[in-house]
Amino acid sequence: MTQREALFEFLQHLGDNTLILSHRVSEWCGHAPVIEEDIALANTALDLIGQAQMWLGLAAEIEGAGRDADALTYHRDSWDFRNLLLVERPNGDFGKTLMRQFLFDAWQALMLEKLARSEHKQIAAIAGKAIKEVAYHLERSGDTVIGLGDGTEESHARMQAALDDLWPYCGEMFNLDERYNALILANILPRMDDLRARWLSKVTDIFDDATLVIPTDNFAHSGGKSGRHTEHLGHLLCEMQVLQRSYPGAKW
Amino acid sequence: MYAQVLDQNDSGVKSREDMSEQEQIFQARIDAGEKIEPKDWMPDAYRAMLIRQIGQHAHSEIVGQLPEGNWITRAPTLERKAILLAKVQDEAGHGLYLYAAAETLGVSRDQLTEMLHQGRMKYSSIFNYPTLTWADIGAVGWLVDGAAIMNQVPLQRTSYGPYARAMVRICKEESFHQRQGFAIMMKMANGNDAQRRMAQDALDRMWFPSLMMFGPPDKDSTHSTRSMAWRIKINGNDELRQKFVDQTAPQIEFLSLTCPDNNLKWNEEKQGYDYTDPDWKEFFAVLKGNGPCNKERLGARVKAWEDGAWVRDGLMAHARKNAARTVAKGENENVQ
Ligand SMILES: [Fe+2]
Ligand SMILES: [Fe+2]
Repeated sequence: MTQREALFEFLQHLGDNTLILSHRVSEWCGHAPVIEEDIALANTALDLIGQAQMWLGLAAEIEGAGRDADALTYHRDSWDFRNLLLVERPNGDFGKTLMRQFLFDAWQALMLEKLARSEHKQIAAIAGKAIKEVAYHLERSGDTVIGLGDGTEESHARMQAALDDLWPYCGEMFNLDERYNALILANILPRMDDLRARWLSKVTDIFDDATLVIPTDNFAHSGGKSGRHTEHLGHLLCEMQVLQRSYPGAKW
Repeated sequence: MYAQVLDQNDSGVKSREDMSEQEQIFQARIDAGEKIEPKDWMPDAYRAMLIRQIGQHAHSEIVGQLPEGNWITRAPTLERKAILLAKVQDEAGHGLYLYAAAETLGVSRDQLTEMLHQGRMKYSSIFNYPTLTWADIGAVGWLVDGAAIMNQVPLQRTSYGPYARAMVRICKEESFHQRQGFAIMMKMANGNDAQRRMAQDALDRMWFPSLMMFGPPDKDSTHSTRSMAWRIKINGNDELRQKFVDQTAPQIEFLSLTCPDNNLKWNEEKQGYDYTDPDWKEFFAVLKGNGPCNKERLGARVKAWEDGAWVRDGLMAHARKNAARTVAKGENENVQ
């Protein structure tokens, strides 16, 4: 794999994470527990779309095959998507949606912090812009996880169930991928060795306040980063891509 | 208590002799174009009428998220998706401003929500129609937000201060909504055969329901007379409907679409378009609950509220625990 191919892969990973999570979050539109949450979820989804546009736009530019962010969004099939399995998990209840958001935000905030120092100017610029949005997402999702974990008996039980359910999808965030080694050597990607420990320390702090217990079983699903997804992604793409696929070439 | 006054009919304007002194002063302030503020004295019926109108307006913004939300996950480009999300988010914000304005009259958001869910308060009939193709998202912005602007611009001068100020903020955003809707319609109308077909079909389905948004003809409207004397309402339904038709007819032509009203034509003498009234039987049927999507729309809102109960309770419980912890911590420090 050439360096350019590796970079294309990695940028799709970043862009697909935010694209697919944005889709999931936007499914809440009009159905949230209170209007303030409707607004906040829409806001998160909007930020994530913006980030997807930037990462996928850069990915397409690096690829140099005449595609753009929309082409990548609407004209790839699931095996070409590089997002974490975590973000394609169905929403479940509001607690599960916010738990997924928190687990992802905590990882993304750290990742962006590293990428903001990349020697690749465009990557550093995008990360620098997204980092502020994600800091806010993390604060909000973290507070909500604490509030609901340390709320009523029912909200606590639901949040613990959400954590138990999503925990096996977290390990994939930290799988070291040798495809990226060349990029790390070129200082385009920073070293990721301490990512897991720092993430674990962040989520442990929040879960302590939330009175939630991290599952002891460390089994982790994987496959998203190499294009082997769960059954859910195909359905999501059917919905997302329906107009572009049904009316090829149409301008919208 | 609000439920009863909601059902009350507009009994017309009181003559000056029938008014108490307080009422006379109140009416004089309104006639002089003064704003009424929450702490000011106001007739019970004025308060009730405002709660009904602002509450229904707020409900419409909230329920209005649903037909458009229906297409967010299927938006055909990332840019369109972002614009639509931002628009729907605006509508939820409008709902919030309006509930806040209603709360200044002594009714809580929860009370209003409960009345909506029990079917004791209404929302705009337009949201009981489905969004079947992407062109409907264009038509909703163009026609529905367009009609809403027509209704709301004059309300910036309504007599109740908090309502008027909410309208100023809302109107600014509504014009962006209408522009994005028209932009979608232009793309569709200038697109391929399938897209033109979607655009025409959207107009065919949305035209008459949009005209209904101005309410029944003035002669049949039960709330018009007194609400106009109180400047809760500024213009008549028919007047605004005519203005909307006059504005929209040339746009239909510009898009090379065909209005589903064969009688739509320019009338030189009245300097306005002649048009066919919508089917008022359908309007009242939809209002009563028999529109294509009434059950789904209200059902979705009720479900969101009920499914969200544990979230609201959980966050409240946490806030109470936090407050208790803060107090305990304070006492500890005092002891030390
Ligand atoms: Fe609105
Ligand atoms: Fe609007």
